[in-house]
Amino acid sequence: MSKSRNLSAVALLLALTGPAQADRFGLGRPALPEEVAAWNVDVAPDGVGLPEGSGSVEDGEEIFSANCAICHGEFAEGVGNYPKLAGGDGTLDRDDPLKTVGSYWPYLSTVWDYVHRSMPFGAAQVLTVDEVYAITAYILYSNDLVDDDFVLSNENFLEVAMPNADGFIVDDRETTELPRFSQPPCMTDCKPEVKITMRAAVLDVTPDEGH
Amino acid sequence: MTDRPGAPTRRGFLKAGLAGGGALVAGGAVAQEPDPLITEKQPWAQMWGDGVDVTPYGMPIEYEADVIRRNVGWLTADTISSVNFSPIHALDGTITPQGCAFERHHSGAIDLPKEDYRLMINGLVETPLVFTYADLERFPRVNHTYFLECAANSGMEWAGAQLNGAQFTHGMIHNMEYSGVPLRTLLEEAGVKPEGKWIYVEGADASSNGRSIPLDKALDDCLVAFKANGEALRKEHGYPVRLCVPGWEGNMWIKWLRRVEVTTEAVQSREETSKYTDTLADGTSRKWTWVMDAKSVITSPSPQSPITHGPGPLVITGLAWSGRGAISRVDVSLDGGTSWQTARLAQPGQKMALSRFYLDIDWDGSEMLLQSRAMDETGYVQPTKNALREIRGLNSIYHNNGIQTWWVKANGEAENVEVS
Repeated sequence: MSKSRNLSAVALLLALTGPAQADRFGLGRPALPEEVAAWNVDVAPDGVGLPEGSGSVEDGEEIFSANCAICHGEFAEGVGNYPKLAGGDGTLDRDDPLKTVGSYWPYLSTVWDYVHRSMPFGAAQVLTVDEVYAITAYILYSNDLVDDDFVLSNENFLEVAMPNADGFIVDDRETTELPRFSQPPCMTDCKPEVKITMRAAVLDVTPDEGH
Repeated sequence: MTDRPGAPTRRGFLKAGLAGGGALVAGGAVAQEPDPLITEKQPWAQMWGDGVDVTPYGMPIEYEADVIRRNVGWLTADTISSVNFSPIHALDGTITPQGCAFERHHSGAIDLPKEDYRLMINGLVETPLVFTYADLERFPRVNHTYFLECAANSGMEWAGAQLNGAQFTHGMIHNMEYSGVPLRTLLEEAGVKPEGKWIYVEGADASSNGRSIPLDKALDDCLVAFKANGEALRKEHGYPVRLCVPGWEGNMWIKWLRRVEVTTEAVQSREETSKYTDTLADGTSRKWTWVMDAKSVITSPSPQSPITHGPGPLVITGLAWSGRGAISRVDVSLDGGTSWQTARLAQPGQKMALSRFYLDIDWDGSEMLLQSRAMDETGYVQPTKNALREIRGLNSIYHNNGIQTWWVKANGEAENVEVS
């Protein structure tokens, strides 16, 4: 086949497939619906992605005790350095705020999504949908956000009010910090005196083998 | 630490070095007696060394055995969801070797063979697609060098000087040359629908570590990488495929990348709500604080890299970087920020990559309060820690890019301090 024949064949192909296809490589393959369903399990704050199901505080207490309490404590109060899931109400503007589902997390969808996708730690994705609803209900109860007879489901999910839902602002460094931190820097006589105000050696928390 | 028997300890070395330094001052460059390392025949000058293939994949020589990642046990509940630190005090140049580049896992480093790797693109696309690793290798490829800094780097220092070593205060960073496919190419292959405004990316590990990224950033410079510094990604950095999100916090650089979903809104996952948000003094919290502000640190001298040679010529060196572009200048202060001199950049700054700086001085042997101050091409100047605290309070964890101070004493040892 001559070179000119080759070129015209390519031109014909481009014309047939149209401009939208022109940049594409035709690599990969369409994802099957079952494959998308298996992986596309994230849940958005508006409840999109929540499967049908329900779970009670009462069931949640038992399931939590069996699956979660070893790290998070029987009352979601946390064990050692593992995350505390309950408490901390009113501490965000104090020293060492306690950030829990009740005191900090703005969306309940995040709890459901994370428990469903990534918990229990070391054995993720073993909980049923109803068990995830029950655990989520129990965490709410541990934070005094629902009563002990509460049942959480996909239908009442959006009715639960999260205390710190309005506690977040979008990154504002561009207005609060950048103008201040974009001034020509001082080069000489920048301060009258320099004193050491804190020493790491006093605290002595560096691992020994590190230095 | 795996000291060889009879090998000098670091502290012993320090003392010996100081004695040598004293001799240098007294005697200048005049040797007192012939050096046996020169006058006596050494075994390495007489006998065979190793043949080829003794180490088919080479490791650093045993004398560098202390140049390793280290963790801080009390920081996390276990080592599975934990972090360690790059030994930046002992490295030079800008490229971080993969073997000592810090690790951060949320559910451990998983073992995922290339053959079992799948990447799905779904959501608001014309055709949801699945790629194998072999598919990814057939797309046009690019190379870029980028730093990855954990948002929590220096986070332990918010309330004051705490950890005594650049590795621990600033070692949640690495800088590698990545080879991969622009994420834009893969998104265009699937065809993003006009209503798509965000992507949600997640990993194949149990944590999934899902994060939302604005579509603009995804189409701009995000990279689906499978090689780093010329070779396959290491397991601990996401083998076989990770996402690079240049200039943005390391948590978004999803390892073992398995899915990219095009969405209308942010998913508000755990990693972008309960974590990686910044609580201000009044209790409100900033979210979506993605960009890493300009920052620098002197890596030597520093607590783990004391001056061992006494007064005279001294190389002060460190690293600088900015998530907003290239480093344009680094200033160094010897006196705790009273006066500054501009350091020498080893190479012109590159966007979203580490820069190496040097200041070569004639040290008179007196105490120094060493600081470095980075500037980027936007004109941003690295602030002091106190300037950050005035705006953000003391309860932040992430995004501490304040100026670091090392108190270098007359004996050459250095300590992490804060100054007025």
